[in-house]
Amino acid sequence: MQYEATIGLETHVMQKTNTKMFCACKYEYGAEPNTHVCPVCLGYPGALPVMNEKAIELCCKAGLLLGCEINPYSKWDRKNYFYPDMAKNYQITQADQPLCLGGQLTVDVDGEMKTFTIERIHQEENAAKNTHVAGASLVDYNRAGTALMEIVSNPCMHSAEDALAYMTAVKQIMQYGGISNCDQEKGQMRSDVNVSVRPVGQKELGAKVEIKNMNSFAFIKEAIEYEIDRQTALLESGGTVDQETRGYDPDRGETFTQRTKENAHDYRYFPEPDLMPVKIPAEQIEQWRSELPELPAQRRVRYVQELGLPEYDAGVLTADMATSDWFEQAMRHTKNAKAVSNFIMGEMMRLLSEQNCSISESNVTPEKLAGIVALIDAKTISTGAGKQVFEIIFNDGGDPKAIVEERGMAQVSDDSALEGWADEAIANNPKPVEEYKAGNPASINFLMGQVMKASRGKANPGAVMQMLKQKLDR
Amino acid sequence: MADLHKLTIYELSEKLAAGACTSVDIVNDVLASIDATDGKVGAYLTIDRASALEQAKVADALRAEGSTLPMLGIPVAIKDLLNVKGQPCTCSSKILEGYTAPYDATVIAKLREAGTVLLGRVNMDEFAMGSSTENAALGKTSNPWNLKHVPGGSSGGSAACVAADEAIAALGSDTGGSIRQPAAFCGCVGVKPTYGRVSRYGLTAFASSLDQIGPISKTVKDSALLLEVLCGHDKMDSSSIDMDVPAFGKSLTADTSLAGIKLGLPKEYFVEGMDPEVEKTVRDAVDHCKSLGAEIVDVSLPHSKYAIAVYYIIATAEASANLARFDGIRYGLRVDGKDPIELYGKTRAVGFGSEVKRRIILGTYVLSSGYYDAYYLKAQKVRTLIRNDFTAAFKQCDAILAPVTPTPAYKLGEKTDDPLKMYLDDILTTPVNLAGNCALSLPCGFSSSGLPIGLQIIGDSFAEETILKIGHAYEQTTEWHTRKPEIS
Ligand SMILES: [Zn+2]
Repeated sequence: MQYEATIGLETHVMQKTNTKMFCACKYEYGAEPNTHVCPVCLGYPGALPVMNEKAIELCCKAGLLLGCEINPYSKWDRKNYFYPDMAKNYQITQADQPLCLGGQLTVDVDGEMKTFTIERIHQEENAAKNTHVAGASLVDYNRAGTALMEIVSNPCMHSAEDALAYMTAVKQIMQYGGISNCDQEKGQMRSDVNVSVRPVGQKELGAKVEIKNMNSFAFIKEAIEYEIDRQTALLESGGTVDQETRGYDPDRGETFTQRTKENAHDYRYFPEPDLMPVKIPAEQIEQWRSELPELPAQRRVRYVQELGLPEYDAGVLTADMATSDWFEQAMRHTKNAKAVSNFIMGEMMRLLSEQNCSISESNVTPEKLAGIVALIDAKTISTGAGKQVFEIIFNDGGDPKAIVEERGMAQVSDDSALEGWADEAIANNPKPVEEYKAGNPASINFLMGQVMKASRGKANPGAVMQMLKQKLDR
Repeated sequence: MADLHKLTIYELSEKLAAGACTSVDIVNDVLASIDATDGKVGAYLTIDRASALEQAKVADALRAEGSTLPMLGIPVAIKDLLNVKGQPCTCSSKILEGYTAPYDATVIAKLREAGTVLLGRVNMDEFAMGSSTENAALGKTSNPWNLKHVPGGSSGGSAACVAADEAIAALGSDTGGSIRQPAAFCGCVGVKPTYGRVSRYGLTAFASSLDQIGPISKTVKDSALLLEVLCGHDKMDSSSIDMDVPAFGKSLTADTSLAGIKLGLPKEYFVEGMDPEVEKTVRDAVDHCKSLGAEIVDVSLPHSKYAIAVYYIIATAEASANLARFDGIRYGLRVDGKDPIELYGKTRAVGFGSEVKRRIILGTYVLSSGYYDAYYLKAQKVRTLIRNDFTAAFKQCDAILAPVTPTPAYKLGEKTDDPLKMYLDDILTTPVNLAGNCALSLPCGFSSSGLPIGLQIIGDSFAEETILKIGHAYEQTTEWHTRKPEIS
């Protein structure tokens, strides 16, 4: 029998707000524990939550970017459970009336365009961070109460590759939209993964297994693959899959039971009496829609259609928002998109990865790269010299023009100088000359190399070629 | 003693303004009164003598500089569930032992801004759950009119200290009658403001959608002034309403005519089993209002009979979540366990009293999967019907007159074994909390055994001015509020 897997994702994204979801505390990653806290986020007696309007805006914008409907009336609920990561022992979230409903995302999965649908996005508050040390548990409430939204997909994916492509696209969109930095190492993007397996052709989904709280894409992929194999093997051997919550142990590469269906929490959701329902007028939604940034998919199309870049270049440049923004800034100072693209994909990426830094930290600014491109386009320097200038600036800083002047890197197009080097090359290398004349055009490249060598790279290659041909074809 | 403690806010303000006394004099008199009688009454949990005298000195200095703050130098007692920075806030529970509030409740900040002297903290039913102040872990409070009787609850300490002249006024909170009922039992005036009028920030929550802070005082006018100080929008409380606060104090004049005012009399509020003395006293009060020019009309609040059931579902459901934070992790009592769950269990087993546990269990049950629709959701629907009852009634009248309680204050211990009996006493007060409108309780007579009886004046949402005006007219033309208990 053939089996197929069905996968749904609940992706938690920490929003880029200045303050927490329901109080005025700031969030700062890595701050001294329990320094960004107040009576509200510590759950002190009498403290009350006040909604963060910016978080609502960001959640709705995320929804608009993912093609959701914005719910004109949504409300807050309390989700009750006892655990030290939740100061009040209930979490304020949205149960039956979330901010965003529906939505979809079309992504490229190994060359095939697939559309995945989103059930809802709701707003909630983050939990504190628990650390277990010998004989004790420590709680840091700095993260408690920060703005967190949950993007819930439908069970519409069928492989680890699907899930990864979906999450990568969600991450990209959140970054482009200014919703979240989605820094997974800082816990800004975490996912719960629901996996079920059923015989092909069966209508109902198989028993759902939830794998909780993973932040690394690599682990999510491993966990899904492991879980599909585990469930399929169980079914193949005539067994049944239990509906349960599991964790993933990356060291052993296995999932393990955390909570069975019988022990599932009863969260006793009920409407949060301390907060009023959220009513969003249609004009507000339109205002937010008008403020939405261009998404990577839209940028890719524009790069190809308007800037004439190859699909490949457009894909690489838009893969991450910082790079794409950098490219756009450079394009304000030049019209030569392909040259800029070549530099980013070539020298820039190589040097960044060698030195392990980000594009925003580079000494080569968009304006400076445009300057280098301008010098090449004006034939003041060769492309090779341009690359040298790029590397010099990358390492030590400086201005392209000044570097070219200081180091005498301007290429020579002056006929008299070129003629001297060309005559010398022809006189000193009779063999290639003969071969060329005998009908082997490639031999001219050797002579060309000699001229370049004599000029120490400064000769204008086009002019040299023209002159050599003129002399040899005579 | 110059008997300053026996006076009202307005009387004292006049004396202070005329230079006839100082705030330090008043505080000294009140402290002496506490020393003389609180051993018997037991209203206070903590008295901050040094701080009270210090605040009084500051108030006197401000007055010397020309300050005319509305309550400058007037000493007020605080129900033990309001957070005052640097003070304990036990809510009469062992579970908050050792907790020191790190911030001021909004109403406390407003009292300070108005120049008030904070005297100390008064007893209550644990987490405001109760109607007699007998569910209190840290002290026992008696009714000043008869020490063998309960002061009512949950704001029993607030009413008892005002009745005993151990404070000029007090703050209480009313979730199902917790201001009005003790005010009635102790012969004081108490106001349950419209939900959203007074910020709940810093009020330890019992039932968030029902709780309101309000004044308990010796006269309607004092309550009006105190209410004016407490009201106002607060951005820290999302349920607080952004609207102007009327000058409640100034709106009360010497005019005692009720001509042009229609008062509704709900037949459902004269319940079976009601003490005949209470019924007669309240009906006499109705007649008195008629003699002042009011027109009396019959109104019906047909869903009132469901109020107790609805109240005990909604209030306990909210409480089960509100009280979850008392877990021994961050503050208060902690009894260690081998893991967090055991620690929670042990801490809460030791820290909460039996009535609080009963309500947490009840609230947890009605929210449980499979029961939610039958209990909580149904209760919310009936709550809407109760609200609609009032909306319809206020189309026929300007305010509603009713008893506050079916009986005068009962004996200590009389109902402690039968929680249901105690719950049923809330029948005349809970509908107002469920509907969210406002109500006032004021003395309208005494039983043959000398216990006070209260009259409830119920107003529409944000109609505090109306009920204060009616109460003030009644009070100006009667003498019940001038009587003082013999504490013995
Ligand atoms: Zn905070």
